[in-house]
Amino acid sequence: MKELLIGNGAIARGLYEAGCEIVSSYPGTPSTEITELAAKFDDIYCEWAPNEKVAMEVAFGASLRGKRACCAMKHVGLNVAADPLFTLSYTGVTGGLVICVADDPGMHSSQNEQDSRHYAIAAKVPMLEPADSKEALEFTKKAFELSEEFDTPVLIKMCTRVAHSQSVVELSERVVPELKPYEKNMQKYIMMPAMAKKRHPFVEERTKKLTELAETSDLNREEWGTGEIGIITSSTSYQYVKEVFGDEASVLKIGMINPLPVERIKNFASKVKKLYIVEELDGVIETHVKNLGLEVEGKEMFSNIGEFSQSIVAEAFGKEVAPFDSIETAVPMRPPVMCAGCPHRGMYYVLSKNKITVLGDIGCYTLGAQAPLSALDSTLCMGASVSGLHGFNKAGGKETEGKSVCVIGDSTFMHSGVTGLINIAYNGSNSTVIILDNSITGMTGHQQNPTTGYNIKGDPAAKIDLETLCKAVGINRVRVVDPYNLKECEEAVKEELAVDEPSVIISRRPCVLLKSVKLNPPVKVDRDKCKSCKMCMKLGCPAISMHGGKAEIDKTLCVGCGVCEQLCKFDAICE
Amino acid sequence: MNKSIMIVGVGGQGSLLASKLLGKLLMNEGLDVKVSEVHGMSQRGGSVVTYVRCGEKVYSPVIDKGGADCIVSFEKLEAARWVEYLKKDGVIITNTQQIDPMPVITGAAEYPENILDELSEKVKVDALDALSLATEAGSSKAVNIVLMGRLAKYFDISYDKWIEAIETTVAPKFVELNKKAFELGYNY
Repeated sequence: MKELLIGNGAIARGLYEAGCEIVSSYPGTPSTEITELAAKFDDIYCEWAPNEKVAMEVAFGASLRGKRACCAMKHVGLNVAADPLFTLSYTGVTGGLVICVADDPGMHSSQNEQDSRHYAIAAKVPMLEPADSKEALEFTKKAFELSEEFDTPVLIKMCTRVAHSQSVVELSERVVPELKPYEKNMQKYIMMPAMAKKRHPFVEERTKKLTELAETSDLNREEWGTGEIGIITSSTSYQYVKEVFGDEASVLKIGMINPLPVERIKNFASKVKKLYIVEELDGVIETHVKNLGLEVEGKEMFSNIGEFSQSIVAEAFGKEVAPFDSIETAVPMRPPVMCAGCPHRGMYYVLSKNKITVLGDIGCYTLGAQAPLSALDSTLCMGASVSGLHGFNKAGGKETEGKSVCVIGDSTFMHSGVTGLINIAYNGSNSTVIILDNSITGMTGHQQNPTTGYNIKGDPAAKIDLETLCKAVGINRVRVVDPYNLKECEEAVKEELAVDEPSVIISRRPCVLLKSVKLNPPVKVDRDKCKSCKMCMKLGCPAISMHGGKAEIDKTLCVGCGVCEQLCKFDAICE
Repeated sequence: MNKSIMIVGVGGQGSLLASKLLGKLLMNEGLDVKVSEVHGMSQRGGSVVTYVRCGEKVYSPVIDKGGADCIVSFEKLEAARWVEYLKKDGVIITNTQQIDPMPVITGAAEYPENILDELSEKVKVDALDALSLATEAGSSKAVNIVLMGRLAKYFDISYDKWIEAIETTVAPKFVELNKKAFELGYNY
């Protein structure tokens, strides 16, 4: 049977067909749907872990017990899980272990543009790189086979255009391998120096064997063209190359990006007149090919920044691109914004109004950085707001303590914010932490997390009590406010900044997009009362705009949160 | 049949459902299909674009400038934003709805007046008030399907096959509403 699946859906299908039984992940664009769609199969146990390191270790444990396991994450998630990855390379596996990592060239929804292929090389584990959904499904099954045959975790590298592009796949039945009996194996699984010293040579030997495999495996393939040039490429770049050249150029399509073949590349090079490499982000294949002493052009022609397309490839090779029409009028930008009724807005307004320095974090609430709220001072990585604020205050002392806070979402706090809070309590900085608790993982599209009381299937689960948790790590001052109540938020922020001890403010209200949230009727502007003061415009609410000199509220967007009503001094906004 | 279609709009307007419908329809026609979606941050009220390509064999999942046979726009400013992606003989099908982007709301930029007139001088534009038609069909959220109905006019695929694709794509309780929305767009 044929089906149209996004790359991530094809991976999920591959997990199902390969008999994978355990999936543990933390959501992150563009990887989230792998786990969400795997969870639709009742035969696979799936869970959202608090972070990627936990997820990978769960997958390790499942493999240790002999079952096929997987974890999926975005590229920056692999940074968090890098610790287990590097030593998993030494222990190897019992049940097949597949780690999916999704890069985001072009940064559609990410804070950096790192190239995960470097991890495969650094951790000395094989990495497969599918170029469409069909390959995503096939490679997932192949990855489990390789994992068990070569005693190694296997990375599958996705990118946005493969992860989020639908293409046609062929479905097969699920086949679950026989459960391996559990046997204690200290030499393989206890990585203390004496044992690890013996495992490292195994890893080097394994890479040699995998390189031999790369020489013949159909994961890599030659497509001989009619012309004289040869192009080595992989992933979505392969698609652009084929779109431009068709059968004109010879192509060595790389499906296993680590380890790369040696003889096969030399042979390919010898059969073409001029050799090129087309790869997004860093010149990983190029470095390898140049190390073989071959003459090749790659990053001289192509940027290591952003995504490619067929036109980018065509232009680099001096080919004509399609003509098009333009208009003269400048089209205003349309950046993403916090939704109308977003519970983060009220707290951000208060912070912005009081000119407070705000160390931010990763999530929807990063959008508070944009005008007119312009509420943030920094955003680094998951959890960095809390630990960063501690450092900021240690460096700034009294000068910063009374006018700086950090903001972090509920899911991000569970991911890696709580360790920063432990540090604040333990090493005693007078820091004020604001947890923006919207009771869901928002940005990635509403995933449950340990604070929501539900698991990935939507079934009731243990619910972490944030107040109790914060108190347990040593914070005495913990208070909860409603971000729809500006007065309450302002009082809390001023009081907690004034006291001489660390504190946590939990700004709590569920994401307005949650189906369980009951919306209020929209509010409207009494044009006679509106004095055009534009106070309501300071909220940056997409439902409010100025028309004919007066404020106007879009009733299709407004959810009646009432925050703008509180700002209007002339009672011009009402139900 | 080789076609490249772009679906553009504002995050949250329902472009994912439209692209899913279109993808399924084209696959049912026995064509190779690629649909490139956008997830994550830009979905939060930002400018979003989905590429749908079909043919005997489709390699690239994306469409470049001068590459789209058709641009279906859920909002008129978005039609203008992506006009350079239209082929020389292509058509823009656009909703006449105006949604102010944040720079316009804050006063940092102005929403260009008569943008559709300017577009029409340069390229073929098929504009309709899809919001009113969707509301007439029963929900303002059905703008996406109204526009798919309009798009069907430019395809050599029977009306029934579109309806079949709607029936297998949308949730059962919304099928009738969406069939009505499709019809209103088609017969506009």
